[in-house]
Amino acid sequence: MYPINPDRNQFVIEKLSSRFGQAIELHEVLADMLCLTVRKDYVHDVLLFLRDDAELQFNFLTTLCGMHYPDKEQLGVVYHLHSFVNNHRIRIKTAMPISHPEIQTITSIWPAANWMEREAYDFYGITFGGHPNMKRILNVDEMTDFPMRKEFPLEDQTREDKDDSMFGR
Amino acid sequence: MSEKQTIPITIVEIPEGFSGKGFFATSMDKAVGLARKNSLWPLPFATSCCGIEFMATMASHYDLGRFGSERLSFSPRQSDLLMVMGTIAKKMGPVLREVYIQMAEPKWVIAVGACASSGGVFDTYSVLQGIDRIIPVDVYVPGCPPRPEQIIDGILKIQELVGNESLRRRNSKEYDDLMLKYKME
Repeated sequence: MYPINPDRNQFVIEKLSSRFGQAIELHEVLADMLCLTVRKDYVHDVLLFLRDDAELQFNFLTTLCGMHYPDKEQLGVVYHLHSFVNNHRIRIKTAMPISHPEIQTITSIWPAANWMEREAYDFYGITFGGHPNMKRILNVDEMTDFPMRKEFPLEDQTREDKDDSMFGR
Repeated sequence: MSEKQTIPITIVEIPEGFSGKGFFATSMDKAVGLARKNSLWPLPFATSCCGIEFMATMASHYDLGRFGSERLSFSPRQSDLLMVMGTIAKKMGPVLREVYIQMAEPKWVIAVGACASSGGVFDTYSVLQGIDRIIPVDVYVPGCPPRPEQIIDGILKIQELVGNESLRRRNSKEYDDLMLKYKME
C-alpha cells in the first residue's frame, strides 16, 4: 500500500473539517494510513470534494468494499482513495443500520465503482441509490441471502453426507 | 545390419459369434457396442486443475488416442462422452446442464476429480456439491487431481459400460425415470 505520504494527513483533515464540520465523525491513523469516518449522507459530497479540490486531487478510487458489524447491527462501506498527483492514500469509512442499508452511489464520481458497488450489494445487501444496474454480480441471481454477512453459514447446507462428529463438532 | 522391428498391431477382441470362411456373425448389440466403445468422442468440460491432468492424458506420453478417443469434440452435438473436470460453481450449473441436454443419445458422463464428484474441498455456498445433482453420472474418478492413469482407468470403465449396454437401454422405463429424476423430458 506504499507510499502513503503521511505528511499530508493533517492537511486533508483540516481541509475536510473546515468544509464539512460535524460530518467528519472521526479521524485516525490505522496501519499507517489515514482513515476518516464520515456520516453516511455526506459520503457522496465528501468524495466529490476530495476528487475535485485543486489541492487534494484524489483522482483514483483504489477500491470499495462492504463491511458488517454484527455487534453494532450495522453495515458499512469503505472507500480507498489515491491521489496520483500528491502521492497520498486515504481511507473513508461509513456505517449504516442493517435495517435500512442504503447509500448514494458514487458511480457518477468514478464509473469504476459500478461493479464494486454491485459486489457490495451481492455480498452484504447494501443498496446504492442511483446506481445504473443494481443487481447481483458474482452469485446466482436466484440467491436470496447475502453471504458475507457474519450470520451466514459458509458451508453448503444441502449436503447430507457430512457427519459432524467427523469434524470434531 | 538393420533388422526390421515389427510392432504387432493391437486389434480389439473378437466378440462371441460364428465365424467361417469369409464371414463372421454376431449379435447386433455386440457389434454396435464394439464400435461405440472404441470410438468415443469426448467433450472436455474442463474448469480447473483436473483439466490440466486431462491435457496430459491427451498428450503423447499417455495418449488417450490409443483407446480410440483421439478425436475430441468441442460441440456437444457431436460427442458422446461428457468429461467434467474441475470445480463447477452453482452459477455454472445451468450451463453444464444445457451442454448435457444438447448432446445426442446415446451419451455418457464421467466426473473427473473430487470437485466434479462431490464438491471436493469447496464445501461452500457458491460451489455445486457434485455434478450428479444436475446431470446423471456414469463413472466417478477420485483424486485431487487424479493422475492421467486414473483418468484412463475411468475411460476404460466407461468403455466397459458402453460395450455392454443393451441397445434398448435408452428406451427403457428405468432410463425414462432417471431422466425424469433430473427433470429432463
